[in-house]
Amino acid sequence: MVACRAIGILSRFSAFRILRSRGYICRNFTGSSALLTRTHINYGVKGDVAVVRINSPNSKVNTLSKELHSEFSEVMNEIWASDQIRSAVLISSKPGCFIAGADINMLAACKTLQEVTQLSQEAQRIVEKLEKSTKPIVAAINGSCLGGGLEVAISCQYRIATKDRKTVLGTPEVLLGALPGAGGTQRLPKMVGVPAALDMMLTGRSIRADRAKKMGLVDQLVEPLGPGLKPPEERTIEYLEEVAITFAKGLADKKISPKRDKGLVEKLTAYAMTIPFVRQQVYKKVEEKVRKQTKGLYPAPLKIIDVVKTGIEQGSDAGYLCESQKFGELVMTKESKALMGLYHGQVLCKKNKFGAPQKDVKHLAILGAGLMGAGIAQVSVDKGLKTILKDATLTALDRGQQQVFKGLNDKVKKKALTSFERDSIFSNLTGQLDYQGFEKADMVIEAVFEDLSLKHRVLKEVEAVIPDHCIFASNTSALPISEIAAVSKRPEKVIGMHYFSPVDKMQLLEIITTEKTSKDTSASAVAVGLKQGKVIIVVKEGVDPKKLDSLTTSFGFPVGAATLVDEVGVDVAKHVAEDLGKVFGERFGGGNPELLTQMVSKGFLGRKSGKGFYIYQEGVKRKDLNSDMDSILASLKLPPKSEVSSDEDIQFRLVTRFVNEAVMCLQEGILATPAEGDIGAVFGLGFPPCLGGPFRFVDLYGAQKIVDRLKKYEAAYGKQFTPCQLLADHANSPNKKFYQ
Amino acid sequence: MTILTYPFKNLPTASKWALRFSIRPLSCSSQLRAAPVETGFHHVGQAGLELLTSNDLPASASQSAVQTKTKKTLAKPNIRNVVVVDGVRTPFLLSGTSYKDLMPHDLARAALTGLLHRTSVPKEVVDYIIFGTVIQEVKTSNVAREAALGAGFSDKTPAHTVTMACISANQAMTTGVGLIASGQCDVIVAGGVELMSDVPIRHSRKMRKLMLDLNKAKSMGQRLSLISKFRFNFLAPELPAVSEFSTSETMGHSADRLAAAFAVSRLEQDEYALRSHSLAKKAQDEGLLSDVVPFKVPGKDTVTKDNGIRPSSLEQMAKLKPAFIKPYGTVTAANSSFLTDGASAMLIMAEEKALAMGYKPKAYLRDFMYVSQDPKDQLLLGPTYATPKVLEKAGLTMNDIDAFEFHEAFSGQILANFKAMDSDWFAENYMGRKTKVGLPPLEKFNNWGGSLSLGHPFGATGCRLVMAAANRLRKEGGQYGLVAACAAGGQGHAMIVEAYPK
Repeated sequence: MVACRAIGILSRFSAFRILRSRGYICRNFTGSSALLTRTHINYGVKGDVAVVRINSPNSKVNTLSKELHSEFSEVMNEIWASDQIRSAVLISSKPGCFIAGADINMLAACKTLQEVTQLSQEAQRIVEKLEKSTKPIVAAINGSCLGGGLEVAISCQYRIATKDRKTVLGTPEVLLGALPGAGGTQRLPKMVGVPAALDMMLTGRSIRADRAKKMGLVDQLVEPLGPGLKPPEERTIEYLEEVAITFAKGLADKKISPKRDKGLVEKLTAYAMTIPFVRQQVYKKVEEKVRKQTKGLYPAPLKIIDVVKTGIEQGSDAGYLCESQKFGELVMTKESKALMGLYHGQVLCKKNKFGAPQKDVKHLAILGAGLMGAGIAQVSVDKGLKTILKDATLTALDRGQQQVFKGLNDKVKKKALTSFERDSIFSNLTGQLDYQGFEKADMVIEAVFEDLSLKHRVLKEVEAVIPDHCIFASNTSALPISEIAAVSKRPEKVIGMHYFSPVDKMQLLEIITTEKTSKDTSASAVAVGLKQGKVIIVVKEGVDPKKLDSLTTSFGFPVGAATLVDEVGVDVAKHVAEDLGKVFGERFGGGNPELLTQMVSKGFLGRKSGKGFYIYQEGVKRKDLNSDMDSILASLKLPPKSEVSSDEDIQFRLVTRFVNEAVMCLQEGILATPAEGDIGAVFGLGFPPCLGGPFRFVDLYGAQKIVDRLKKYEAAYGKQFTPCQLLADHANSPNKKFYQ
Repeated sequence: MTILTYPFKNLPTASKWALRFSIRPLSCSSQLRAAPVETGFHHVGQAGLELLTSNDLPASASQSAVQTKTKKTLAKPNIRNVVVVDGVRTPFLLSGTSYKDLMPHDLARAALTGLLHRTSVPKEVVDYIIFGTVIQEVKTSNVAREAALGAGFSDKTPAHTVTMACISANQAMTTGVGLIASGQCDVIVAGGVELMSDVPIRHSRKMRKLMLDLNKAKSMGQRLSLISKFRFNFLAPELPAVSEFSTSETMGHSADRLAAAFAVSRLEQDEYALRSHSLAKKAQDEGLLSDVVPFKVPGKDTVTKDNGIRPSSLEQMAKLKPAFIKPYGTVTAANSSFLTDGASAMLIMAEEKALAMGYKPKAYLRDFMYVSQDPKDQLLLGPTYATPKVLEKAGLTMNDIDAFEFHEAFSGQILANFKAMDSDWFAENYMGRKTKVGLPPLEKFNNWGGSLSLGHPFGATGCRLVMAAANRLRKEGGQYGLVAACAAGGQGHAMIVEAYPK
């Protein structure tokens, strides 16, 4: 039963879930005057309760840095030494953040495995002292409590958290290729049980406060307060502190027991886990699952299981030792470096490098209620943008509106929204067939069929009704923005905003600017994208329109090419393939457009028609292959070339060609920085995160090896594999790196 | 003030007012109006006089010491005066006590017959009946009509029911005010009723659907196949929502958060609740609660007084555990209003009609205001928002008010409203005002108890507040009363009650 539960939990585990958490923000520390006064921590005494307030200077979040560590130890020693003080409350002065985790830069600065291991051991010692404290310590959590922050919290005697959306608890280390290195692997299983602890550590998921209460991760919840005599956030923290103080007193007076009543299921699980055989089965099942999902590409999850196992089977001391060693090993791996690099890139792509736009976009209009259009509408309305969704036919519009509603309703089912919130969000959406209300639009995003003449037509229609400041954005994935803008009266207001399907799940937004696009237009587009919660890369469209995103259709890593083609529509894919063929010539050769043509003629249009490569039925999750496809596929099959068709070769053919294209984009100035290229590749095109993105991959794997591979494939397949100049340059001078 | 000063500044055009005044009663050509027309004219004169004195005041206050204590009246030149002839209520009882076997319309009927008895109004004179209620008994969803018929009102008198959470009766009254002021009606009965002893508990949606489908099924086969779909969990009943629909938060929970947001302590709340109970007890003992009419409950003894008034001690109250936010909240059973059964009714008339019929009205119903705000974090702050607005509309200040009657949903709610009204920060940041609203003086506030002690039948409380204000003004000799209440949905209401000159 325990095993079942563990597996059940793990079925939600996905190796491709990356870095969704907001934690781990690199902090710019200005540590000049840190010696005399404490800059990160101060404390006051209320009655006999010490209130320790964490507030890292010049940062939105608190991170566990060396300075914070030492100040914290100092303060705690004073508290333990004081006769007046009988208990303590640990709280952050920052709204929205308790402790967001360890300082990434501190880890990145470590040169050797020993250094990292030592860091881990120091942290272990501090939290152990907290755990053994004779004076009860209450962690009062408001905002993100992640990684090292959670490890500090669970070593306290009691935890009180605000029931706020911003209050999340989790161990996201795995997403950076590491493990909880401050005793978390040992304490968490004891606190919430092995299956739940493994789930948390292996997925890195963030847990909301109410869920954490149910799991036993926190002991009390405090409701966030509304306006009173102070701003709500401020008063909420104050209130949390007041409540925490009463509990601290209660604990010191032994009026409140820190022990929690466990539920029946929990008790049974705990009992089952005392049986060695059951434990072994659990480890085995979890390991199998992890191996299957990570395909051996990520070392961290297996090490986490290993460390947890060591702690349980051989005792805490062995566990802590193992934890710190494995932590050191993991932080030094290529995978971890790649993932941390991605993290930095992601932070970078969450900023608007064009500055604030002159006018905020408040009214948005979307043309085309297809998968993309409706998806864009969904991520806009729930951010409070008044959105018009326009299509030409009522059937298409209905489908689009239903998609938005379903997207929101699914969140209600998952209890992420209330039905009331859903309704009020949905009221931001207006579905219509005409251009009514476009005179108020600040931005129009078109997501109509990928056909240049159609796009020209809607552009002209729209420009006749929109106000002067309104931006026209095209969500094209195949057509050059400059060509679309060619018929515009004001090309400086035309821009490309390329979302990825499904829009509500894919984090990436690619913004494509032309020569004529104004800076303010770009600023507006980025601002809208950020509001929609996207990670944004901005690419420039050159004279010769070669676009990074065009790769999507050839390399759909996360969903597989067949599924992707089905999702976007086979007819669309055919159209795109034809256009790309015309524009790119040999560089995009390799596939056979005849396949798509035949599919369209048979009416296999993908998900929207119920049949594509797969068969789709409403309410059925499993996808069956469309057996009618066999004949089409058979008729078009190419004989494989045996010398370059081993499994490894097929993988490398994909990866190296991809890398080559990406480097070419940088070479031609389409991409501004390697970081944006990596983010785009990982978030938009499903490039494996463990490789860190094409540029990071070149740095870590070696440019020379990649060029060698490419030359081999060039010999077999032709020009599409010719290494580009910049890549060749990197191969020739091994010191050249994309990331210095 | 501008409207009021207008005729004064332009004395030659004063005749226009007379014209406007005369047009209205004349335009009502029905026979019923024949009598009032005269008094209408009579009243015009009176109103005109009042108008003059009122305008006189600010202009002459500095120079002449003629005026003593007479304040201006709030009569508006082109609007009919609306008066409360009288109002009654059944005793308010804890739910589950003597009224527990009744239906809501029984209680409402008791209030209506009580009103008939108290005012001796001829039933056929009543133009319209409006009642407020919150938790509706599905059998009598227009409870106003069922109660009126049973109380022996004319079956020719239409009746409708309104609902606006705890300010339902307020809505019934102001609907009546609107009908009278616009000349549609002359005599209105407004009231409210709530019976919390019995609430509609429904079958689950699934069960209801099954039963409805069974009704439609034609053949035995269809019926059997429907019955086969039955599952035991269909039988789980559905209770009427106690929580706010939009936020899924119960009101007590919200009140606790509100009290915390304004840093209202448990002790303050208990002290306020104790005050309410003590004042109510005193008022009851001194016979001041004259709006209560005895009610002979079928099969039981006659109920003569409210049974929720229970002055306790702070020590006793401190022992109670928090009722909503456990274990550290501050709102307890002792500092919250309790579930109550009760009904109230009021006779409202156009002033000229009341005078023509020989009544001596108790009070004028003057300016009123409905407000609404965020149902989550400001659910119960209605009075704070409504008070300054209605005062400004009436051209009054806090100092002009002699009797405050605020609905007490929770001690914490009242005290939070006090703190909000006393805060410049809150006024600036949330109300768009430059300065704070100002604190109502406690010695003029809910002097005869409030909802915490007298009880709070949701649909009926509004009329109780107005009658308390009117009776207090008569007793204490003040001129203006301010009634204010909060309601579920983040709404609020305030109204100025002006004592009728003795």
